[in-house]
Amino acid sequence: MIQAEYYNIFVKIIDQLAVLDFLPPVWKFILASVIAALVFFHVIAIFALVAIWVERKVAGHIQDRLGPMETGWHGVLQTLADAIKLLIKEDIIAGGIDRRLFVLAPVIVFMTALAVFVVFPVGENFIVSDLNIGILYIVAISTLVVPGIIMAGWSSNNKWSLFGAMRSAAQIVSYEVPVGLAIVCAVMAAGSLSMQTIVESQAGGFWNWFIFSKFPFGFIAFFIYFVASLAEINRTPFDLPEAESEIVAGYMTEYSGMRWSFFFLAEYGNMLAVGAIATTLFLGGWQTPISLLSFIPGPVWFTAKTMFLVFVHIWLRWTLPRLRVDQLMYMCWKVLTPFAFVSIFGIGLWMTF
Amino acid sequence: MPEIKTDDVYIELGKHPKAGFATDDMILQMGPQHPSTHGVLRIECVTDGEIIKKATCHIGYLHRCFEKHAENVMWQGVIPFTDRMDYLASMGQNFSYVITVEKLMGIEVPERAEYMRVITAELQRIASHLMAYGTYGMDIGAFTPFLWAFREREYVLDLFEKLCGARLLYNYMWIGGVSHDVYDGFAEECMSFLDTFERVVFEEFNPILTYNKIFIERTANVGILSPELAIDYGITGPCLRGSGVDWDLRRDDPYSIYDRFDFEVITGKGEMGTVGDCWDRFMVRVLEMIESVKIIRQALQQMPEGPIMNEKIKKVIRVPAGRVYGRTEAPRGELGYYLISDGKGRGPNRLKARSPCFSNLSVLEEISRGCMLADLIAIIGSLDIVLGCVDR
Repeated sequence: MIQAEYYNIFVKIIDQLAVLDFLPPVWKFILASVIAALVFFHVIAIFALVAIWVERKVAGHIQDRLGPMETGWHGVLQTLADAIKLLIKEDIIAGGIDRRLFVLAPVIVFMTALAVFVVFPVGENFIVSDLNIGILYIVAISTLVVPGIIMAGWSSNNKWSLFGAMRSAAQIVSYEVPVGLAIVCAVMAAGSLSMQTIVESQAGGFWNWFIFSKFPFGFIAFFIYFVASLAEINRTPFDLPEAESEIVAGYMTEYSGMRWSFFFLAEYGNMLAVGAIATTLFLGGWQTPISLLSFIPGPVWFTAKTMFLVFVHIWLRWTLPRLRVDQLMYMCWKVLTPFAFVSIFGIGLWMTF
Repeated sequence: MPEIKTDDVYIELGKHPKAGFATDDMILQMGPQHPSTHGVLRIECVTDGEIIKKATCHIGYLHRCFEKHAENVMWQGVIPFTDRMDYLASMGQNFSYVITVEKLMGIEVPERAEYMRVITAELQRIASHLMAYGTYGMDIGAFTPFLWAFREREYVLDLFEKLCGARLLYNYMWIGGVSHDVYDGFAEECMSFLDTFERVVFEEFNPILTYNKIFIERTANVGILSPELAIDYGITGPCLRGSGVDWDLRRDDPYSIYDRFDFEVITGKGEMGTVGDCWDRFMVRVLEMIESVKIIRQALQQMPEGPIMNEKIKKVIRVPAGRVYGRTEAPRGELGYYLISDGKGRGPNRLKARSPCFSNLSVLEEISRGCMLADLIAIIGSLDIVLGCVDR
């Protein structure tokens, strides 16, 4: 498959601006990168604002209540009000805390959540950087969250935080395995590690999406990815690292105000990220399901599919109880990992014959 | 004299470099400020990672000297204090105290008041078990059942509010009767609640929590309380019945008018694991709510007209000298009051409450040994303690 040439959309825009002609190319590139970073920071922030509102509304309706209703139309401004409250809150750093690690931890966690957005193919020409190893980059970057969480847990000087951090590290490292194997399935089917090429190889209707085209192996891989990604981002039923009823708030116990909201923002950023990865790998990315609907632009499809998966995350969270640590590990190593191997084997046979 | 090698000592202590990493137990103070200790309970856990080696309960954070207070007030004045013992099942606490005093005085209660007592006590049992259902779901990590349970509990509290003006601490049962007669339409409202409630238990509560696969995994075969151990520790109520012991004071030592009703005593059968595990205790509560519905239906149909207070009761109650122990089946188990009266004072000379939660909590150390941290939460939740009742 020939690798199409994609331009970094931000570089392209900067190039076309005649006003900036006096800048050397390197500076233009740096400017474009800064703009891209700012755009994606705001994408996460705005998404988090919307997603938190949606989560509270969905939770409310599942639980036979209304959720936020007072601030703005059906409480849409409630999250904004909460965010402002968090920003102006007193920044508490308790005694006996390792200050440097404590301050650094939320930054690392948030940075990794932000960094994966670079390679998401939102539309046909809409990608910040089409790395030829895009998916490998995602796997590598998202693992960096573990040091951040361990730093948060250790520096807090609190036993609950330490418990949360240890659980989280064990969980994320273990679930990397099924996630990686499920990704390998999609990579094998597409024959490329580039996100844009993976999407392109699923063109031509929803039956070409990997979830359906390599039935049932594609579906198994998608399911494994979805379940394992829930564990990767600590969502119910795998929310052990922040299990409120057991270990108070896990590694976030000592955090408050702005620093805590960075963890919170990272959690929602991660939700968006795993939704986007699943969409790219298995649900055809920005491709339209049927050619009749091709007048709708790609970014709309991409966002719609991602949001649907995010909705499923929220739905599961307010329905299921939580697993225990040993059950979590059993699920990872004895259920998901073997099935991921089966599906790799199946897709391998499929691609051979 | 045998030679002592330094190496051996170090190896024994686990501190020698050859003995691998030196490990130590971690002492974890769970509570008194913790989301799942159901109040101000402190549990001192000796842990090895996630595994609990020993969990010791430290109680007394909610001690309000109820029994001592009772010595300084009139006989009726004790009733509001009993409300505050088990604040989730105040009717049951009132009930136990008033029948104990009535037993000592040897007075009769009008028929209608007896029926009112049974109806309110059973409604209270439903409300209390709904709370247990909801908070247990939350302990295991499911938030939605909690609010569904609260929705149903709200109907019961509304009925109580209309009946006696209070939603939580009622002071409803008085010595010799009850404080308020039913209002017009109580029976209909109660019946319509019972009809929907039965459906809600089977169609909503059971699918979302009771028969949820993850919930069963978390609670079955966890915190197994054998019948022998339960009897040794004086466990009563749903916890005892969850261990398969067929014992219910309403049937085996009938008080008030419980012998007139037809209901079953629910026992744990080990449906999902071993008899006496957390799931059994939980299921006993769910099914007991249905039995309470049956009792209330019969009581509402049989309720006669008549007075609600014994005419002979004066404002100042004279209780003859003597000692008495009266007990009832409160939602959490056998609740008993031991009273001493010298026949002269206006209140009890000595009062001792036998609270079910205190005995039930005492077994925690025994059944939580060697379990995981998450299991400890599941066990505390399944014992369904109220710290107001433990500490008094």
